[in-house]
Amino acid sequence: MRAWVEGIGLIGPGLRGWRDSRAVLAGHEPYVAQPVTVPASDWLPPAERRRTGLAVRLALAVGREACEHAHRDPRTLATVFTSSGGDGDNQHVICESLASATRELSPTRFHNSVHNAPAGYWGVATGSMENSTTLCAYDWSFGAGLVEALTWLGQEQQPILLIAYDTPYPEPMHAVRPLVAAFGVAFVFTPGATGHSVATLEVDLSPDAPTGSLPAGLDVLCGSAPSARSLPMLHALARAAATTAQVEYLDGRSLIALCTPC
Amino acid sequence: MEPLALTACSIVTCLGAGRAANLDALRARRSGLAPCTFETVRLDTFVGEVAGVDQTHLAAPWDDYDCRNNRLARLGLDTDGMADAVLGARDRYGADRIGVFLGTSTSGILETELAYRARDADGRLPPGFHYAQTHNTFSLADYVRRSLGLSGPAVVVSAACASSAKVFGNAARAVAAGRCDAALVGGVDSLCLTTLYGFHSLGLLSPRPCRPYDASRDGISLSEAAGFVLLEKPDRAHAAARVHLLGVGESSDAHHMSTPHPQGLGARMAMERALASAGVHADAVGYINLHGTASKSNDSSEDAAVTAVFGTTTPCSSTKGLTGHALGAAGVIEAIIATIALEERFLPAGTSTEIRDPALLADYLLTSRPAALRYAMSNSFGFGGANCALLFGLAH
Repeated sequence: MRAWVEGIGLIGPGLRGWRDSRAVLAGHEPYVAQPVTVPASDWLPPAERRRTGLAVRLALAVGREACEHAHRDPRTLATVFTSSGGDGDNQHVICESLASATRELSPTRFHNSVHNAPAGYWGVATGSMENSTTLCAYDWSFGAGLVEALTWLGQEQQPILLIAYDTPYPEPMHAVRPLVAAFGVAFVFTPGATGHSVATLEVDLSPDAPTGSLPAGLDVLCGSAPSARSLPMLHALARAAATTAQVEYLDGRSLIALCTPC
Repeated sequence: MEPLALTACSIVTCLGAGRAANLDALRARRSGLAPCTFETVRLDTFVGEVAGVDQTHLAAPWDDYDCRNNRLARLGLDTDGMADAVLGARDRYGADRIGVFLGTSTSGILETELAYRARDADGRLPPGFHYAQTHNTFSLADYVRRSLGLSGPAVVVSAACASSAKVFGNAARAVAAGRCDAALVGGVDSLCLTTLYGFHSLGLLSPRPCRPYDASRDGISLSEAAGFVLLEKPDRAHAAARVHLLGVGESSDAHHMSTPHPQGLGARMAMERALASAGVHADAVGYINLHGTASKSNDSSEDAAVTAVFGTTTPCSSTKGLTGHALGAAGVIEAIIATIALEERFLPAGTSTEIRDPALLADYLLTSRPAALRYAMSNSFGFGGANCALLFGLAH
């Protein structure tokens, strides 16, 4: 699977945007964990904006950064969204309401509970009517999303935007699914080189588990959320030289991603 | 797209388990909907509950996966020889050459709802709760692929009510790209409190069995279902398949989270793309299984889209008056119903629709009739503006 990377978006603990995080990702500056802040999106009309939770804001913010980095109109891009659990806060409130005597649900909470809520808001925000899918593969959601995006790109020969995101659950769900912090990452992939290409990407499936190492701190963060399993690829893309990244995939296997700067 | 052969199908709905039971009900226009007595739900609505789910238990080593959704998946795999067909394909192609692409919107969330009720004094969930194997959206594909011993690419698509239609697209792309040689696609959705009280909060549940396209339609009837289809390249299929998947069309509404575009712009795009990817002209399509939820807005928006693409003379119907709306499983069970129409050479009318809404212009079937079809389409649309149309045709 081959593609060109044209744009990157990133938000995670201590990682505020791709550009500002690049030195840390490359290992040139120390990683310092900090609370995640997600800028409010002025893309959505105010009425819609009020209805969105962290998961939607996160997905839209990283997608937007990737499109701006790529100088792409998001309206023209097909999208792959991927997340393990979607909006953890919203699911918790719904389950609490349903366990109460009244069982009253807010209609907004309900329509936000669909796994493809960020894809829906993305469409409203950007006007994109292009193909969009929303995936889940538990801890391997990023790898599965990467495979789907590159497969689509290979078949359709059109650019595509991959958005991977996760948000932590509150208790009591946190105890059974301890996602540490919110994390979101997005890539614009194109089938050929463009004036804005930042790297080429070659991805192959390996039967072996990932063995690569990451700079201190990022290695721990990598296991903290399924979308953070993109960090080996972000590390490779942040370096100035061709670097191979290993991304966790199903059944203890890995995706080997060779990232070569343009 | 390159056509794919449907070499095995299984369908489990409130009409019964298996093709024969569902065909009987379609021919008799017998609804599987009944007043809601599900769990402790007290809502004035009808639901389509699948018989036998409570009696199905997943035994060791799969007991951690035991939840309503995976029990329904088990019923689906045990129906119409589906598990045997997949195991046969596994022997021929290899375990890592069969992809699993399944849709669900609910996964096993009922289990989580029950666990929240059983929280201890400190607010903790009960010890027997298995998040990854029941609640997580991937649990469906995880259970299915592990229990069948498959190790090819696997993913769950969760795009609300279009989920198990869209998986045909993921599978077609993966096979075309050489990522796998065959694909198990389908979907499972199970009744739960989130969807029942959720659609109630939106004022979308009908107090009667739903009446798609009726002038006085007043909402949807929820149900549950499981459906699986084994897709193979026609030249490599073990046995000749009677039906091929010819086209897949997907689009996004970009309009609203829970209301379709009033003129059905996204739906229209999905149907046009399905026809284009198959290279089939709209006039050649003999039947459309509509999404047809019987909500005011869905049916009018879909009608605008269908008539824009096909005109007003292509026979169409919604079978949700029989099966209910199985949400994440609706796409695959209605795809299978479209293939039944092709194979059995009849146009299935829905049921319970009495007076066709005069504002809707498509040729909506109020009675079933025999017809020799070459092509049939199935539509699925979901929250978030997710649209998918599938085109099937009889193999030459």
